[in-house]
Amino acid sequence: METWSLVSICVLLCVTVRWGVSLNSYSGAGKPPMFGDYEAQRHWQEVTYNLPVQEWYFNTTDNDLNYWGLDYPPLTAYHSLLCAHIAKLINPEWVELHKSRGYESSAHKLFMRATVLVADLLIYIPAAVLYCFYLSDGSSKKKVCTLLCFLLYPGLILIDYGHFQYNGVSLGLALWGVLALGLGWDALGSMAFSLALNYKQMELYHALPFFCYLLGKSVKQGLMGRGLFLLVKIAVTVVVTFALCWLPFLSDPSQALQVVRRIFPVARGLFEDKVANTWCSLNVLIKIRSVLSADSQLYLSFACTLLAVLPSSIRLLTKPTFWQFKLALVNSSLAFFLFSYQVHEKSILLASLPVCLLLNDLPLMAIWFLQASTFSMMPLFLKDGLLVPYVVTSLAFLLLSTYLFSALEHSSEDELRLGGYRKLFFCLPSLDLACIVRWKFYISIVAMAALTFTTVAMAPPPRLPDFFPVLVSVFAFLHFLGTLIYFNIVQFSSPPSRKSQKKNN
Amino acid sequence: MAAPVADSWSWFPVLAFAVSLFKCLFINAYHSTDFEVHRNWLAITHSLPLSRWYYENSSEWTLDYPPLFAWFEFGLSHVARRFDPDMLDVQRLQHRSPPTVLFQRLSVVCSDLLLVFATRECCRCVREQKPSRDLLKRPSFILAVLLLWNFGLLVVDHVHFQYNGFLFGVLLLSVAKHLQSRHLQGALLFAVLLNLKHIYLYVAPAYGIYLLRSFCFTQDNTDSSVRWSSFSPARLAALGVIVTSVCVVSFGPFVLLGQLPQVLSRLFPFKRGLCHAYWAPNAWALYNVLDKTLVTLGVRLKLLQEAELPKASMTGGLVQESQHALLPSISPSVTLVCTLLSVLPAALSIWLRPRGARGFLRCLVLCALGSFLFGWHVHEKAVLMAVLPLSILAVESREDAGIFLVLATTGHYSLFPLLFTPAELPIKILLMLMFTLYSFTALTSLFSGHGSLLHPLEVVYLLGLVVVAIACEIVYPLTPWQQTLPFLPLLATSVYCALGVCYSFVRLYVILLRQEVKSKQL
Repeated sequence: METWSLVSICVLLCVTVRWGVSLNSYSGAGKPPMFGDYEAQRHWQEVTYNLPVQEWYFNTTDNDLNYWGLDYPPLTAYHSLLCAHIAKLINPEWVELHKSRGYESSAHKLFMRATVLVADLLIYIPAAVLYCFYLSDGSSKKKVCTLLCFLLYPGLILIDYGHFQYNGVSLGLALWGVLALGLGWDALGSMAFSLALNYKQMELYHALPFFCYLLGKSVKQGLMGRGLFLLVKIAVTVVVTFALCWLPFLSDPSQALQVVRRIFPVARGLFEDKVANTWCSLNVLIKIRSVLSADSQLYLSFACTLLAVLPSSIRLLTKPTFWQFKLALVNSSLAFFLFSYQVHEKSILLASLPVCLLLNDLPLMAIWFLQASTFSMMPLFLKDGLLVPYVVTSLAFLLLSTYLFSALEHSSEDELRLGGYRKLFFCLPSLDLACIVRWKFYISIVAMAALTFTTVAMAPPPRLPDFFPVLVSVFAFLHFLGTLIYFNIVQFSSPPSRKSQKKNN
Repeated sequence: MAAPVADSWSWFPVLAFAVSLFKCLFINAYHSTDFEVHRNWLAITHSLPLSRWYYENSSEWTLDYPPLFAWFEFGLSHVARRFDPDMLDVQRLQHRSPPTVLFQRLSVVCSDLLLVFATRECCRCVREQKPSRDLLKRPSFILAVLLLWNFGLLVVDHVHFQYNGFLFGVLLLSVAKHLQSRHLQGALLFAVLLNLKHIYLYVAPAYGIYLLRSFCFTQDNTDSSVRWSSFSPARLAALGVIVTSVCVVSFGPFVLLGQLPQVLSRLFPFKRGLCHAYWAPNAWALYNVLDKTLVTLGVRLKLLQEAELPKASMTGGLVQESQHALLPSISPSVTLVCTLLSVLPAALSIWLRPRGARGFLRCLVLCALGSFLFGWHVHEKAVLMAVLPLSILAVESREDAGIFLVLATTGHYSLFPLLFTPAELPIKILLMLMFTLYSFTALTSLFSGHGSLLHPLEVVYLLGLVVVAIACEIVYPLTPWQQTLPFLPLLATSVYCALGVCYSFVRLYVILLRQEVKSKQL
């Protein structure tokens, strides 16, 4: 069969899966007074459609910021405005000011789901297809396999099409950035990434690697000659993109300041709910939030994040290759997720995207991490009534990815790039590291299944109502910490030689 | 896809498991009234004594499948109790709590495991001309995908809601047994199948003639005509014992209760109309349209008086008899005669010149298509009875592959009206595109190097299907006629598809006759 038909079938399959998931419930369905993210997105359409730009981010009589106030950068607001215009055409009730609050109907759900799909079809999916075809190695069949697993990653599907968000847009734009950088179009890449940043501020998790890679590349080309030119070109692109996105808010400094204040809500605390990062897990032992003042929490998390990001960033700065860039993306986003301030459980998607990029290079570790990341959001899925799609998509992803990449057979020490560990723990007796990794993988998958089962089937102990969510987040946290260490070591060990890669394929 | 060792079957469980998971995605999708039908049957078989099964009529969806299927529901109901006991209450009509939906959907997915097993057996029987190293070009792989990922089964079973997957599993398993020359097992399976759903009577002629000719007669003459002396009474007796015992197990209890006439009247409700609510794309759809066209023409040309015409509403209701205005009205016996006539040549052919199990398979497809085209009150879903067995032939011969592409595409497209809710529109379009794209590219690459599988005219016809689809699904609902003439797209769909189905039927016959001529020349 020709490659084009395999690719089309893959894409069609993944789109069908997305639509299948979207038939299920969404966050806050039928739960007044606050509803959930679905209502938030609908409310933003209502606000952006009916109010002048100057009022979007301000608390006014018509814009109650306590009820799902807009707290994403301007591009999200423009996207909402666009959707609102279409909604108005179909049914004006959907975006009527005040009266449409908490509007729910099957037709509206269909419309909202369709907007997610359209955004995905326009941005995320083409970027994924192009990435797999231009920037991953192997035969065309191998590329199709990579594409299939890339697009079937359950976490993103479940959050966007189940829970309801538009992560596909920001992640897709970031992916376009990665793609452009990989193909050597640095200015276009930085533009795409600036757009991503202007869609969702959480894209900052990826900012350092982009910055370091481009800076490192410029320095390598010579800061006095072509490098300088490149740097200036990129800087101008970024500034212009930002300026265009923020244009309506630039006339008045108070406007811009208010937007920034809304985007970075420092007052909301170190963490909310149960999230699989360091602070929430540490909270089991030490109640950090009561021990430290709000300011020192902020400084502490800032310092920790910086420390965790620094090694990979410096490495990338000195060796700006695409391989290092991909690893740095993982390391940076994971470090941010684990240590930064005000992290949501959904932010793990930001780390998942770069790990998806590594599916072809480090299959076993990538699959393991992706599975753990989906698992870490399990309490959220249960709250939204997405148990069945969660189980189905996770199982399908696990099955297809391990089979298509032969992940378990391709797990020799060399292929896992565990050489670094040997150097680190030279004093240890010689163990079969690959075998240990494989067994850890099995045990962890079984544990995830068991934890899912107990969460669903058993009532928590009466004195600890949050027992299972905490257990889930601590368990996932351990995985993420392990992944961070692993990818840092991979980044510091020697890059894969072309030869050994060819052999693997 | 990762090109494992050529002979390994490691891909099969992955493919099967993946499709099972895929089916689970549609648990919360739209389901038709068949969902309530089967829930009601669960309730009837679980909470009423055997003697009431075929009398109960609290719900309009009375039990109208043969007893073995009722026993199947009885078995399911014991699992259903653990999900939601309320669904087993006969009086709780329209009960659809989330556990009920989950259970019913999962019961379809799980019973489909039989289809998976049958597919595996069929794939083993496929002849491979040149073993290809490329998994995607191996007939067994292609056949597995065509059967497991069949668009019709996915849509009818897992969205619309029915248990066809498992029934076709029995049929395909029985075909596979015949291909493996285990005729008694094949006959047993078919007898069971008939007692699960009597619609498979459509293909019974193929079974009857084939078993009689190729199993009960042990030898042929040199010109492959029947050698009467080789008749084996023992074999016929064995067949008889098998078929009778299955029927006794199934119908025996009702005969003892003296309820046989009641059971039969439930199984064969001739009070229903010539065509189903949506017209199946068969000969009668063309006949109806001809009638309507003649009437319209007649009225236009002032040859007919509108007031004198009988009020004909052939798409109107589910269960009512219809009258034609100009052409003679069709009675059940006429359809029976037409059906028998249409399958007669095929049956004769395997009697006169048996061509082994593959000849039988071809005859089975022709029987299924013949009765689909000319039967009484045919459902559009019945086209799957021809499409699925034809898949086996399609991966073995070029010509059959071409017919398969035409028949599968038109047959599947004619299922589109089954799903009319907006949320399921993307599902049916995406699934259809996926399956059609796969079947076209896979079969083309399988038979690559011999030119195109389809005649240019066939290509034009199939492309016309796209036009019809866009007009019916997207353009028409936006026009004002949607309110006044809502059935027009259904009519267009079934008429256009009927052409393709009839054409495939004729082509299949042409192949059969050409083989006949060839073997005569030899």
